[in-house]
Amino acid sequence: MPDTVMARPADARGAPAFVRAEGLSRYFDVSPPLLNRLLEGKPRQILRAVDGIDFAIGKGETFSLVGESGCGKSTVARLMVGLYRASRGTVEFDGHDFGRMTSRRAMAPIRSRIQMIFQDPYASLNPRWRVREIIAEPIRAYKLLSGDQAINARVDELLRQVRLTPADGVKFPHEFSGGQRQRISIARALASNPEFLVCDEPTSALDVSVQAQILNLMKDLQRELGLTYLFISHNLAVVYHISDRVGVMYLGRLAEVAPARTLFRQPRHPYTRMLLDTIPDMDMTGRQRTPVAGEVPSPINPPSGCSFHPRCPFANDRCKTERPNPIQQGDALIACHGVEEGRVPDGPIGTAQAA
Amino acid sequence: MQNAPLLRVEDLKVEFPTRRGRLVAVDGVSFDIAPGEVLGVVGESGAGKSMTGSAIIGLLEPPGRIAGGSISLDGRRIDNLPYEEMRKIRGKHIGAIFQDPLTSLNPLYSVGKQLVETIETHSDLSPTQARERALALLREVGIPAPERRIDQYPHQFSGGMRQRVVIALALCANPRLIVADEPTTALDVSIQAQIIALLKRLCREHGTAVMLVTHDMGVIAETADRVAVMYAGRVAEIGPVRDVIKNPKHPYTVGLMGSIPRIGRDEERLTQIEGSMPRLTEIPTGCAFNPRCPLVFDRCLRDRPDLIDVGPFHRVSCWKYAEGVGHA
Ligand SMILES: Nc1ncnc2c1ncn2[C@@H]1O[C@H](COP(=O)(O)OP(=O)(O)OP(=O)(O)O)[C@@H](O)[C@H]1O
Ligand SMILES: Nc1ncnc2c1ncn2[C@@H]1O[C@H](COP(=O)(O)OP(=O)(O)OP(=O)(O)O)[C@@H](O)[C@H]1O
Ligand code: SF4
Ligand code: SF4
Ligand SMILES: [Mg+2]
Ligand SMILES: [Mg+2]
Repeated sequence: MPDTVMARPADARGAPAFVRAEGLSRYFDVSPPLLNRLLEGKPRQILRAVDGIDFAIGKGETFSLVGESGCGKSTVARLMVGLYRASRGTVEFDGHDFGRMTSRRAMAPIRSRIQMIFQDPYASLNPRWRVREIIAEPIRAYKLLSGDQAINARVDELLRQVRLTPADGVKFPHEFSGGQRQRISIARALASNPEFLVCDEPTSALDVSVQAQILNLMKDLQRELGLTYLFISHNLAVVYHISDRVGVMYLGRLAEVAPARTLFRQPRHPYTRMLLDTIPDMDMTGRQRTPVAGEVPSPINPPSGCSFHPRCPFANDRCKTERPNPIQQGDALIACHGVEEGRVPDGPIGTAQAA
Repeated sequence: MQNAPLLRVEDLKVEFPTRRGRLVAVDGVSFDIAPGEVLGVVGESGAGKSMTGSAIIGLLEPPGRIAGGSISLDGRRIDNLPYEEMRKIRGKHIGAIFQDPLTSLNPLYSVGKQLVETIETHSDLSPTQARERALALLREVGIPAPERRIDQYPHQFSGGMRQRVVIALALCANPRLIVADEPTTALDVSIQAQIIALLKRLCREHGTAVMLVTHDMGVIAETADRVAVMYAGRVAEIGPVRDVIKNPKHPYTVGLMGSIPRIGRDEERLTQIEGSMPRLTEIPTGCAFNPRCPLVFDRCLRDRPDLIDVGPFHRVSCWKYAEGVGHA
């Protein structure tokens, strides 16, 4: 477990961290049942979904995580809102460490200040409740207001904030389109006056035109309310658009963390560069995208050393044995022996990325 | 487009009888696809993309039915064939690829058995020859060590590998046309790039015509020769992919293109098309896009626009481009 906990500002502007993860890990026991293990002599199997990551988010900042399916993005999201307990490491929110808090009561003072928005707005809304009740629920649960009149006024305000109308409050979720349902879940998330929103693929199930509406809304709300976002998406163009800084995950670890523009203009880590090469060329520059060779290995027995080494064109013996630690390079943090040793040439690996 | 079309869809209409009346999901759609050509089909969810695809492969789920127009493959009508005859054509001349590879694969049979069976139904190859062909197909779609993989079951393959198997299955009979409905939507971008490269290569090498339905303009941009943009059951715009992407004409396409975030383009806000696509029960008279259109004028509320030529092979259904109206 490398403890590369560096005292560093949360972002390029030097703002202090509002949210911070340090050495954050979450392991899942995916062993076969005990009896099988005894009879078949099978060992315990531990899946390292998140395996020692560090990042910090400044107040009012949007920090995004990208990476292929299964790299641990949603697990980080759940750790950051206290839905999972950390196996190791810490999660700090405004000075409170809650990574390993066990009881709901211990979480209570900060619970309402952190909210989450999910990919599937439909699954996260109770179909039998009217929209007004759905949005009022956190207000009642956290006892933020009392009296129907005050609560109703607040719900009206929230509906307007997400560009719906108070009249929509009497309807049921199924009467809305996918984009409108996502607005309802945003309104509910905002009901407890949170300061930190964790958004796990909030637009992945939506049409691009609806996605644009939601992304615009999220940016407006951030400006109006000073929200801090942890944003998760596998869509790199969406991430470029919404983020101040981006972390690239691979098999439960952070390969590279950099300001969005730096990352997309000048990707340094070989994995980041491969990932960018897979983006379809919307601007029709004639660039062929280079399909990534191979697939993500299993996180149960990840490759030794740098877990990207079986797919990396720059892998050498050190990469196969020693796990690279994140190292500051300009305004980016990069975990790669090759970059550290200066043997990974600058510039794109395959062909030019959109600049 | 110089070749005679392989697939011709003319004025296709698909409807659903419901208790509250007939719902028209596809309303007068026309396009054709030449051999070796990829036609991309994009559009809002519910626009009728999948219904159009299902009508072509003859797999509309009842009570959905073709209520008008025609579909011809190689000059032969296929929309009015008896079920058995259509089933044969589907197996032999049309391959289908869907978003979820598991809908096309039987979990109880090994991948090899499914391939061999399909090959045997559509050729006179002996079992040994059929197995040889199955191996060759798996190799062609990029399954490493096919000799080891052929006897495995679908659940033993990753999502991207499964989709390759489905493509191999769709290729068994050397189809002339492939209808691919969101074939990469469930896959990671990295795997998506591999599948798209594969489809393109097959199309080029075998002269297969492909109808590629997707939400992803990026996939269209790099794969399709032409693109049809659908809105509320109709084709809003159709043309060479470069023209439609770089120089969209229909106000819906213009909004759609502006709403897609691009890497390297620093914009505070994305273009936003207000509102949402109407439900089938609430399609307005005149142009279906009129409640959301920034350029709407009186004629749009009254008459329904049909496709109008705006350039070589580029057609748009919008009154703005009709003769004498709004010509800049
Ligand atoms: N509760 C759990 N029990 C066991 N394994 C889990 C659990 N939750 C997640 N995993 C595993 O942890 C790894 C990371 O999963 P996670 O859902 O965080 O990935 P992700 O990056 O969000 O992927 P996607 O892009 O597909 O949503 C995966 O291998 C997953 O199978
Ligand atoms: N069984 C049915 N009865 C009534 N309407 C239906 C039925 N099946 C589909 N529809 C409607 O037909 C229309 C066209 O659906 P279709 O599946 O073709 O859309 P699509 O463009 O493929 O959308 P998506 O991008 O979401 O896949 C939709 O409005 C849908 O609600
Ligand atoms: S550490 Fe080695 S294997 Fe890993 S990304 Fe860098 S060069 Fe490649
Ligand atoms: S016909 Fe009228 S309403 Fe429809 S897209 Fe054209 S200008 Fe807009
Ligand atoms: Mg996830
Ligand atoms: Mg569809």
